[in-house]
Amino acid sequence: MRYHKPASFAQAIDIASTSEGITRFLAGGTDVLVQLRADIVSPDDLIDIKHISGVREITKRADGGYDIGIAVSGAEMSEDDVLMADWPGLVEAMDLIGSTQVQGRATLVGNLCNASPAADSVPAMIAAGVTLTVEGPTGAREVAVEDIPTGPGKTALEKGEMITKVHVPARGENAGDAYLRFIPRTEMDIAVVGCGVNLRLEGDTITEARVALGAVAPVAALVPEAAKALIGTTLDEAALAALAKAAQEACNPIDDKRGTIAFRTDVAGVLAQRAAKIAYARAKGETK
Amino acid sequence: MSLVHVTTKVNGDEAEFLCEPRETLLDVLRDRLGLTGSKEGCGTGDCGACSVTIDGRLVSSCLVLGVEAEGKEIATIEGMAQGEALHPLQRKFIEHAALQCGFCTPGILVAAKSLLEKDPDPSEEDIRYWLAGNLCRCTGYDKIVRAVQDAAKEMREGV
Repeated sequence: MRYHKPASFAQAIDIASTSEGITRFLAGGTDVLVQLRADIVSPDDLIDIKHISGVREITKRADGGYDIGIAVSGAEMSEDDVLMADWPGLVEAMDLIGSTQVQGRATLVGNLCNASPAADSVPAMIAAGVTLTVEGPTGAREVAVEDIPTGPGKTALEKGEMITKVHVPARGENAGDAYLRFIPRTEMDIAVVGCGVNLRLEGDTITEARVALGAVAPVAALVPEAAKALIGTTLDEAALAALAKAAQEACNPIDDKRGTIAFRTDVAGVLAQRAAKIAYARAKGETK
Repeated sequence: MSLVHVTTKVNGDEAEFLCEPRETLLDVLRDRLGLTGSKEGCGTGDCGACSVTIDGRLVSSCLVLGVEAEGKEIATIEGMAQGEALHPLQRKFIEHAALQCGFCTPGILVAAKSLLEKDPDPSEEDIRYWLAGNLCRCTGYDKIVRAVQDAAKEMREGV
């Protein structure tokens, strides 16, 4: 295995696109090193991207949104009070991943590109409308988070391509997000179901909504029908019932030791309702 | 396979080593630098027995490559006591019998020290969540939590 420390994205892309073997990008390494040590993936070229300028920074843009560097750890996100105030659901979703030790290293982009259907940060990013800059040998493109995972362990990234920046939209007024997951324990577990909700209000009425589910299908996905159930409502009982139904209908989960199909489907509806209530309260400024 | 030369700082001292790119920081600490206080429990970042800090940030050294230590400052359990004088956390772990087999103890001490540097007055819940990634199969955790609380109290009061 060759270990590379490129000083620029161009160098990193050059190494990745000209490698004749297996390449992996190394940021936090909390998935890559586990796979490497277990001989699940043995990279020929390991490309440590932490020495590229700007990758450890969270920058507030002029439009009020954020650019998050691809090597920013979960711990660094949680310690950013301004980001946390705007996007608590996104930050909390990232913070749910692993232990304190894992938080010291784990990154949003790593969580996304590992492409686990149960990745906690992914439904939260999708709900928030996060986009990414993807750069490769043929140039750069902007991609929505939901277009990256294509199946368990698989992404839409081509050979030599890498995500170079994470773009979080401006929060704007009267808006809030939330992420909840179900695990049988209180900490240190993998989501059986995850749900991210992002709302904007006018008065008491929801005018914009995005709902995303994780761990109930091969990829985390946006659920437009669930958002439709919320828009134009005040999150009354009928809206909550319609939300749960839409979330459950979007489920296509597996049966495994952590949850049956019936259980995951039921819980998806419950979590969607609870996350919507939290996002709604945040959008109203009632809670942080 | 060619070895990589790495210069780093461990517990305040300059350290140099040669390692293979796929060797973990834990392997390097134990096998190349002779610092066997950090333990390998799982090797997959689940148990916390290999906890160290890198530039002040708590990490599992089994999930860090040795080559990533270049130019960093590593702190391990070996740097916790000052000569013969134990750190308050170490003393309180003994007083409260917060260990039995001791295998998880170095990692828990390093993790607890990192918590108290961030928050000198953590609640029981804070301690339990912070240490959720440090598995102990002997104590049932209660004595560990009490020892951390007591050490935090002593450190706050500067006794």
